[in-house]
Amino acid sequence: MFSNNGFIILLTLLIALMASITPMPLSVDAFRPDWVLIVLVYWCLALPNKVNIITAWVMGFILDVLLGSVLGVHACAMALSVYIVVVNFQKIRNFSVWQQALIIGVLSAQYHLVVFWLQRFLSDVVFLPNYLYPVLTTIVLWPWVFLLLRRVRRHFRIK
Amino acid sequence: MNPIFNQGTSPAHRLILVLFCSAALIFFDHKMASFETARGYLQSLVSPLQYMANAPKQMMTWAAENIVIRQQLMKENQAFRENELFFHEQGMQLSMVRQENERLRSLLSSPVRDEIKKMFAEILSVDSDPYSHQVVINRGANDGVYEGQPVLDEKGIVGQILHVGVSSSRVILISDISHAIPVRIQRNGIRLIASGSGQIDRLIHNFVPHSADIKEGDLLVTSGLGGKYPEGYPVSRVVFVRTDESREFATIYSKPVAQIDRLRYMLLLSKEESNKQSTSPSVNDANSAKSIKAIAGKS
Repeated sequence: MFSNNGFIILLTLLIALMASITPMPLSVDAFRPDWVLIVLVYWCLALPNKVNIITAWVMGFILDVLLGSVLGVHACAMALSVYIVVVNFQKIRNFSVWQQALIIGVLSAQYHLVVFWLQRFLSDVVFLPNYLYPVLTTIVLWPWVFLLLRRVRRHFRIK
Repeated sequence: MNPIFNQGTSPAHRLILVLFCSAALIFFDHKMASFETARGYLQSLVSPLQYMANAPKQMMTWAAENIVIRQQLMKENQAFRENELFFHEQGMQLSMVRQENERLRSLLSSPVRDEIKKMFAEILSVDSDPYSHQVVINRGANDGVYEGQPVLDEKGIVGQILHVGVSSSRVILISDISHAIPVRIQRNGIRLIASGSGQIDRLIHNFVPHSADIKEGDLLVTSGLGGKYPEGYPVSRVVFVRTDESREFATIYSKPVAQIDRLRYMLLLSKEESNKQSTSPSVNDANSAKSIKAIAGKS
């Protein structure tokens, strides 16, 4: 993972982790996009030989520790979402950016629903529609993150 | 790069491995609670990330605090002085009352209440997971924080310490769905349990009989039963009471007194000498609440 400027991947993932825990006002907080998922999906599409399900699971695990949820919940959801990308990366690569954004939206919705389902299984939380608000911001954010990370990948020649 | 031919294990195998790992983690963490110590270490490992994530906000507040005009400062200073005078007067009165109270207590040969040690803490980051209500504070085991320590802000009870790291620790808020706190009504001493609802402005009181004397606007204070929270701190105010006779129990909601969505500075209370003693008998307020629920459910 660290050959050919691979540490840049790790750096982007760390920044994504930080972005997902920075304190925000309560009204904006509900719309916080799934930074880690977006970045992971990009690297899975671009370099599937470097970033895979195990990476996703580890990132989800760190997210679990950072968010204080039951260990393994986010890890499991993240791995499931990234699995779909890893299996279909050649198809997804050929879509236009906006089509990709919609697919990321579906993945993000799946991620949130899996997390909700597991939490529901563990404690009696109730479903509120605003648990799915991040899906919208994630869709909007994807093209920008895609362009930015592609530039980063080309600039540092990460292979 | 060779994306056409997969090398190594196939994604499906990896997924199965990883799902198995998460299932094991979830089981051991949730059902057995066997990761408490490991969680402490993990918490300390990731605390640099939390400090870094908090840095932009801290810079903003630092800038905001430094860029104030002189007049504003003078005005604030004036207000603080007036407040100090006011509190000083109250303090004088209080010390007299305390002495009197202690004397009366010793006359009645009931134990004199210990002074509670307080520690100041600042919020580091807010949990962005909507399913649980937690915050991270900038005090850890190095400062003597222990698990189960009560946390309050200037208005009332905020929650208790959940996981302790070396230099930061995690507070579970009273509005979290897995948290419950024993309270009593200040007006008449009726005991209730305030369970979190997952909504920031609502606590639910289950299993309250219709005959209980509860009105909207009643202040609920900690009852000190359970041994986790010291007695007498305000927790919430009743906002909704409905006694529908067709239901088994009255429906009662209350709103936390502490401004849980606007936390910045907090106080940690600790018992002066008996840290170990106080943590062991009251393993979990939520547990006691659960058992009460179970009992009430049976009857």
